[in-house]
Amino acid sequence: MARQVFAYIVHKEGVADDTAFEMVAAAKRIDPDASIAAIVAGTGDNLNGVCNEIASSYHEVWKIDNKALSYPNAEVIRMLLVRILPEQGLIIIPHDTFGMDLAPGLSIKLNAAYLPDAVDIDGVDENRLKAVRQEYSGQVSTHIVCDISGGAVITTRPGSFKADETKRAGGQIFDRTAQAMEGGFPETGRRFIGVIEAEVGDVDITKSEILVSVGRGVEDKDNLEIVFDLAKAMGGDVACSRPIVDAKWLEKSRQVGTSGKTVKPKIYMALGISGSFQHQGGIKGAPFIVAINKNPKAPIFKVADVGVVADMLDFVPELTDKINEMK
Amino acid sequence: MEILVCIKRVPDTSENEINVNRDGTDIERDDLVYSVNEWDNYAVEEAIQIRDRVGGSVTVVTVGDEEAEEVVRREMAMGADKGILLSDEAFNGSDGRGIASIIKAEVKKGEYDLILTGAQADDGAGQVGGMLAAMLDRPYASLVTSLEVIDDKKIKVGREIEGGNLEMLEIDLPCVLSIQTGINEPRYVGIRGIRKTASAEIPVCGAEDLGLSPESVGESGSKVKRLDYFVPDSGEGAEILEGSTDEIVGKLVELLKARGGIK
Ligand SMILES: Cc1cc2nc3c(=O)[nH]c(=O)nc-3n(C[C@H](O)[C@H](O)[C@H](O)COP(=O)(O)OP(=O)(O)OC[C@H]3O[C@@H](n4cnc5c(N)ncnc54)[C@H](O)[C@@H]3O)c2cc1C
Ligand SMILES: Nc1ncnc2c1ncn2[C@@H]1O[C@H](COP(=O)(O)O)[C@@H](O)[C@H]1O
Repeated sequence: MARQVFAYIVHKEGVADDTAFEMVAAAKRIDPDASIAAIVAGTGDNLNGVCNEIASSYHEVWKIDNKALSYPNAEVIRMLLVRILPEQGLIIIPHDTFGMDLAPGLSIKLNAAYLPDAVDIDGVDENRLKAVRQEYSGQVSTHIVCDISGGAVITTRPGSFKADETKRAGGQIFDRTAQAMEGGFPETGRRFIGVIEAEVGDVDITKSEILVSVGRGVEDKDNLEIVFDLAKAMGGDVACSRPIVDAKWLEKSRQVGTSGKTVKPKIYMALGISGSFQHQGGIKGAPFIVAINKNPKAPIFKVADVGVVADMLDFVPELTDKINEMK
Repeated sequence: MEILVCIKRVPDTSENEINVNRDGTDIERDDLVYSVNEWDNYAVEEAIQIRDRVGGSVTVVTVGDEEAEEVVRREMAMGADKGILLSDEAFNGSDGRGIASIIKAEVKKGEYDLILTGAQADDGAGQVGGMLAAMLDRPYASLVTSLEVIDDKKIKVGREIEGGNLEMLEIDLPCVLSIQTGINEPRYVGIRGIRKTASAEIPVCGAEDLGLSPESVGESGSKVKRLDYFVPDSGEGAEILEGSTDEIVGKLVELLKARGGIK
């Protein structure tokens, strides 16, 4: 019998997240013949829209419909999943802010193995699932084996698996609401109040064609001056990585990444930025990336087009001078 | 409020070039600079601030070898009242579930209203807090960037979601939270501060003290194991510009000009 693999679908305003199609690819890496079932929780038209959108990519779509699921409270979702998942089941969840909230506790409640943030999957041998993870901010990778005899919760890094576009699974939609709500709507000590949207800042880096982006390698707030000077010389704007915002050196609206802005410039200069996947997650539209970093092992060099191994504090002023000279 | 903060000693990735050792069994550890996991500093700072506002005490706990004691001292120098080291040969090779069950055994000995972890540590898993909460049957929220104590039964937290938006939640105590960077500005501790805690007593507990059977933790209790470390073929990767600084600057300016990168 074909192995069954589940995927939990993250969606917003009636549209499935890109990871919905990436998890299909990940499930096929576990087992090319797997029967792949999506689980979608939500309510009303939005829920139905998502189910229809993904049906052709999944063999089965299990929906859970309840008004109180219009915003997904991870604690509630966890309890619903425990009710509907088969024993020893395999479930894939995106390693995003929702998955990080849901998955570790889910693995405990299912008494299943937890394989977090997989970037690749090598398949299953007997009950051993082999996968690839990254450690130390992506500087090295590891092969992991995971005993899935008692089931497994696997989170996959967004963007790491190429979306499966075959769309020939011909999925049937099953309403699993009754089963999920058996025993009543889950009660939890964590109640959702609302969402506060991020503040808008004075510059809109999502519109910039040239971004000079700075990370912790700048070392000191005063050194930001050389970054602004370069941006000025190039006619671009200054963006940054998260630690610069955490230190309150620049405003949050300039942060690039999954918990910041998604930018699509033509040129992206990454100065003293290591290139964590959360940072890369905010760079779309395949810009020309120039990385300047003193560590030749920094992951940013794997995604950059051009790299300079140098101390940015020395190099950046030289670059600025040269550009100004030419003008 | 009695607060427990879980901390981990990790190689500092912004300071170190991490290399794989010759046979791929580990990273090269000889010249590494270690520090407290970045996220844990924010968790300890938050705990100290809460204690200073509403009273109570802050305990820091780590699972590690004897060298992990230094990070416990450091966080005590920041202002934590107590430190505990959970250390045993039997703990070696524990997966996330193993670490969480070791900490759980310690938690059961006390009465903590609030348990904080960092959002993630050096292997980027972000698992120990959520697992611990589920083992204890307590509410959990991850990636917390704002925290307000309402009374001794409830808190209000904001957890950071995609795009920097905040998901606001009300949570019953006792609970477990993972703390995201940016929630506060962790205070600086100098050498002098750390020296002051040099003589503080830090109890060390092993498997037996915690009532854990050695097979349930460590390598034997793990469902998840590392096979090896490696550096992936980066495929294309960046074209690294070589030469003197002048030459590199010259080449880079040409490349930028060709791409419309100089307006
Ligand atoms: C849920 C979640 C969401 C996140 N969201 C984001 C996000 O939206 N955006 C984001 O950026 N991060 C985000 N992060 C944080 C992310 O994991 C990394 O911690 C962060 O991106 C690291 O920033 P950095 O590259 O500036 O710092 P580091 O990783 O510390 O890198 C600094 C780099 O500078 C280099 N360097 C040091 N000195 C010099 C010098 N003098 N000259 C040249 N190079 C130098 C170092 O070699 C190193 O590569 C998130 C994390 C989590 C858990
Ligand atoms: N060995 C450990 N000892 C104490 N706490 C830990 C340990 N490992 C992880 N943690 C806690 O769990 C958080 C997340 O780590 P991880 O789940 O390993 O990514 C860390 O920030 C710590 O708060």
